[in-house]
Amino acid sequence: MSTTERIIPDRLRSPLEQRLKSWETLLLLVAIGIFIANSLASPYFLNAWNLSDATFNFTEKAMIAFAMALLIISGEIDLSVASTIALASTAMGAAVQMGVGTPGLVMIGLGVGLLCGAFNGVLVTRLGLPSIVVTIGTMSLFRGISYIVLGDQAFRGYPASFSWFGQGYVWWVISFEFVLFAIIAVIYAVLLHRTNFGRAVYAIGNNATGAMFSGIRVQRVKFILFLLTGLMSGVAAICLTARLGSTRPSIATGWELEIVTMVVLGGVSILGGSGTIVGVVIAAFVMGLVTFGLGLLNVPGIVMSIVIGALLIGVIALPRLWSMWRAR
Amino acid sequence: MLKRLITSREALLVGAIVLLLALISSRFPGFITPPNLANVFNDTSPLILLAIGQMIVILTKCIDLSVAANLALTGMVVSMVNVAAPGLPIIVILVVAIGLGTLLGMINGVLVWKLAIPPIVVTLGTMTIFRGIIFVISDGKWVNSHEMSPAFKAFPRTELLGLPVLGWIAILAVIVFTIVMTRTTLGRAFYAAGGNPHAATYAGINVGKTQFWAFTISGALAGLTGYLWVSRFAVSYVDIAGGFELDVVAACVIGGVSIMGGVGTVAGALLGALFLGIIKNALPVVDISPFWQLAISGGAIIVAVALNAQANREKGRIILKRAEQAS
Amino acid sequence: MLKKSDSAIPSEGSTAQTAILALDGVTKTFPGVKALSEISLQLIPGKVTALIGENGAGKSTVVKILTGIYQPDGGAILVDGQRTTFPAPQAAADNGVTAIHQETVLFDELSVAENIFLGHAPRGAFGLIDRKMMNQKAGEILDGVGAKIEPDHKLKDLGIANKHLVAIARALSIDARVVIMDEPTAALSHKEIEELYELVESLKAQGKAILFISHKFDEIFRIADNYTVFRDGQLIGDGAIADVTEADLVKMMVGRDVSQIFPQRTPNPGDDILKVAGYSHPTEFEDIGFTLRTGEILGFYGLVGAGRSEFMQALFGMTRLSAGAVEIDRAPVQIKSPADAVDHGIVYVPEDRGKQGAILDLPIFQNVTLPSLGRLSNNGFLKLAEEFKLAREYTERLDLRAASLDTHVTNLSGGNQQKVVIAKWLATQPKVIILDEPTKGVDIGSKAAVHEFMAELAAQGLAVIMVSSEIPEILGMSDRVIVMREGRMVAELSDKDLQPETLVRHAAGI
Repeated sequence: MSTTERIIPDRLRSPLEQRLKSWETLLLLVAIGIFIANSLASPYFLNAWNLSDATFNFTEKAMIAFAMALLIISGEIDLSVASTIALASTAMGAAVQMGVGTPGLVMIGLGVGLLCGAFNGVLVTRLGLPSIVVTIGTMSLFRGISYIVLGDQAFRGYPASFSWFGQGYVWWVISFEFVLFAIIAVIYAVLLHRTNFGRAVYAIGNNATGAMFSGIRVQRVKFILFLLTGLMSGVAAICLTARLGSTRPSIATGWELEIVTMVVLGGVSILGGSGTIVGVVIAAFVMGLVTFGLGLLNVPGIVMSIVIGALLIGVIALPRLWSMWRAR
Repeated sequence: MLKRLITSREALLVGAIVLLLALISSRFPGFITPPNLANVFNDTSPLILLAIGQMIVILTKCIDLSVAANLALTGMVVSMVNVAAPGLPIIVILVVAIGLGTLLGMINGVLVWKLAIPPIVVTLGTMTIFRGIIFVISDGKWVNSHEMSPAFKAFPRTELLGLPVLGWIAILAVIVFTIVMTRTTLGRAFYAAGGNPHAATYAGINVGKTQFWAFTISGALAGLTGYLWVSRFAVSYVDIAGGFELDVVAACVIGGVSIMGGVGTVAGALLGALFLGIIKNALPVVDISPFWQLAISGGAIIVAVALNAQANREKGRIILKRAEQAS
Repeated sequence: MLKKSDSAIPSEGSTAQTAILALDGVTKTFPGVKALSEISLQLIPGKVTALIGENGAGKSTVVKILTGIYQPDGGAILVDGQRTTFPAPQAAADNGVTAIHQETVLFDELSVAENIFLGHAPRGAFGLIDRKMMNQKAGEILDGVGAKIEPDHKLKDLGIANKHLVAIARALSIDARVVIMDEPTAALSHKEIEELYELVESLKAQGKAILFISHKFDEIFRIADNYTVFRDGQLIGDGAIADVTEADLVKMMVGRDVSQIFPQRTPNPGDDILKVAGYSHPTEFEDIGFTLRTGEILGFYGLVGAGRSEFMQALFGMTRLSAGAVEIDRAPVQIKSPADAVDHGIVYVPEDRGKQGAILDLPIFQNVTLPSLGRLSNNGFLKLAEEFKLAREYTERLDLRAASLDTHVTNLSGGNQQKVVIAKWLATQPKVIILDEPTKGVDIGSKAAVHEFMAELAAQGLAVIMVSSEIPEILGMSDRVIVMREGRMVAELSDKDLQPETLVRHAAGI
């Protein structure tokens, strides 16, 4: 072997420099811009209680979005999350009618979420079916079961102690949901960026065959990701049900698409292999701020969807248009 | 020829549908009378139209989640045109509907083709944008039956030989697109672009452009269905056909269209849509709560995709001579 | 960069005028790489021109320019001496240029005839495709190449060799004047290769110009009339094949004299480390058994498709067995997944580097540490500093050339990518390393380095299994050779039995 003395540097650019030029920085600037625009546009915006209320727009969705981010980075997707919320909420509602207390309700909510995730996971990893089709199927199936149980009825009568998960405040304007959101964000950031498991997720998303040939148990990792997504749907179901105080089968309709939007807006490649939790956190704030700001201006919710949809396409399209324009 | 038209996948589905009909008719013979079957077919026609477009999009390795929103937006626009100018002939309405739908499909297509944005992202975005635009142009108000002109409402319901025009349009679309898919260069290009994009490029096929045409066709059919939908139900508002895009994808999957691209037929899309349509129409007849419909179609999707995957499971290389003879 | 030698200047005049298709001073640049630098090429009717060069010399870029997939940045494409452009693949086809590509896979869901006529099918009424006519014409072309294939069968029902014939029929269905064959024999058996040669002869006789790309010198000398040699995107030489020897061409290819020298080794086998018995798979291989000792290099020879890689991947836990047992250090073990294999100290450097070997879009250091993360972490939490340390240790041992350890593997050359894959496995401190075609797609310079490194590993007591289809490599490196044919072990050779003729005879079953 040649013995020339050469040292390959670890990195060419410092991590800080890389971070400054990243998607997350761009998104953060967008978020700050929206924040400033909002505070100029409405005198009610810069109010601690109003801002606190605004966080409810995204905390529950973001909890699922973190798990979804990992799943999408690994190259899979779960469109059944909102239906999992419906099924978990229905199960909790049914349990309330039988007199189950708050601890039992929490266990049921989490358990149903895990079961739904396990069901998706088995179909995808054991039978080798494409996750987008499987979860379109379970999306109908899970919510369908809620409809069978509830029809056009609703479950009510949740105990006061249970309501705290969706309506309680830990300190001053800091809600329980917001604290939970922050804790879950940190857990997922550490899981994705600082553990073997997270590294395996990236490897699988970039090249599942190569990852398997590197000794990674690809199917097991993917199964765990489906479990986690189901579990997070269960957590979100508890918060949402507690906040609303009732369960209808139409609960959380359309959330799956908002959650995927949040993840993609956060810079996670829908094709898998790249993305960060920080990006998803910022994307959650961007979506929350847009919804809240337009709400203050009395713009109806449906119009906000135009902004969200345009953001989703725009943030991906603009850099590409820019580089095409520069290449001319 | 016959063998190619009815490959095993479609034959299996025909079998499933016949079995389904036999089960229902064993308890409710009235279900399989010609007038009722015509009614079921007519009721399923919008799903058939959209499933054909979706099938073509999925063939090219894409997905179009914006079809239902396209339908709703086009429906709202033609309703408002009708309210503003009740005297316009139906042919103009049809041109507007197809034209607008085509345009919306082209927007999806251009974003996928020229900017190479993943289709699921593009159509997720345009889906929400289209719905938002409906609200903006209608100010959230409904266009109700009494505001629509009688001719506007009558067109899809006019009966010819016992089947309303709506059903005939679906039949026409099935015939036209069967020819397009099997007998035209563009039709074969859809299969090639999705089945093996790399080789398709070498064969002189522009994959991105082919995907653009798939979205354009899907948009055109969604636009056409938009008019048929609002006139048939005689109402138009923001949320019509909400979530219908998933029924459309479900019909394709049940019809044997592979989400990985390159595999699928018009007949498959038709049969997949009919399967769902029959279940939907049969539930009230056999006295099962319509609330079961969602769960049943979900279960059907999972069973269908599992069966398709079993049929297409990759076999290992056959190297051993003995194995070759045995297989 | 090397200056063009005198012989590189294409002979203007006579050949330039008779060329059907020519490139003149063509340049093509990709971000950071000059793939082609003012190259010229003439394709003469009735002649086979061999395009020769190492991987990365620019051959595939030339093919893509000739077929309209890439546009040149400079220079001209000449058709019958007239300047033209091929803005799209269709334009190349319209000018009678057709290519048979390495990947024979066409479109599984379309029929044979549709595959052949995709894009130029015969039309009938209303401009619709005339199926009957199409099937009939397809049948005629298939008969012409001696293929017994029904035109209306779906392509997915065909075997690999028949698919290849369909690809050739497709190329012939365009009334081509120029046929480009990109390593057409790579996937074919002996008999099929002979048939292909006959086809090339008949195409020549019809006055078609043929560009033939191959790595096999015997092939080139057998069928080519002219040669063109590329190196690093530059034209090094061209002329009549009769005027050169194999050694001349090799010298032009690599820019220096290369006699393949393999490292001198003193075989010093130690204890038995791996024992395989009765390994069988339902369709791929049957009853494979052998014992491997530490410090030994065991070669696996056979023709392409003899089941060697399939067996290795089964040994590595990728595929399910129907029967078989394996012992490591004389203790029976169960290997049901690659993760199990790695745990037991068996690692596999696959042939397909891009898909199986490396995760191309991850940085070098993450690739190297991927299977060792368990050892590098604390209860699952990564220790980044130690990760870099390990990656540095092993990449330096392999003399990796890269800008930094966080460079993505996709930006490395084939040889350096292979070093990353090998470094990844050595970092796990394995007992047995399986190398599947370790020098395929590796430039000749790096080949020697890989060979030397293999010898070093064996000297350090690692047991090495090497799958190779190159006889010099097998003979130069192995202590012992197992020959496989049609999924079975047909010979185990060592010492004086290790002769090229013996290997070929066992591999071909003659």
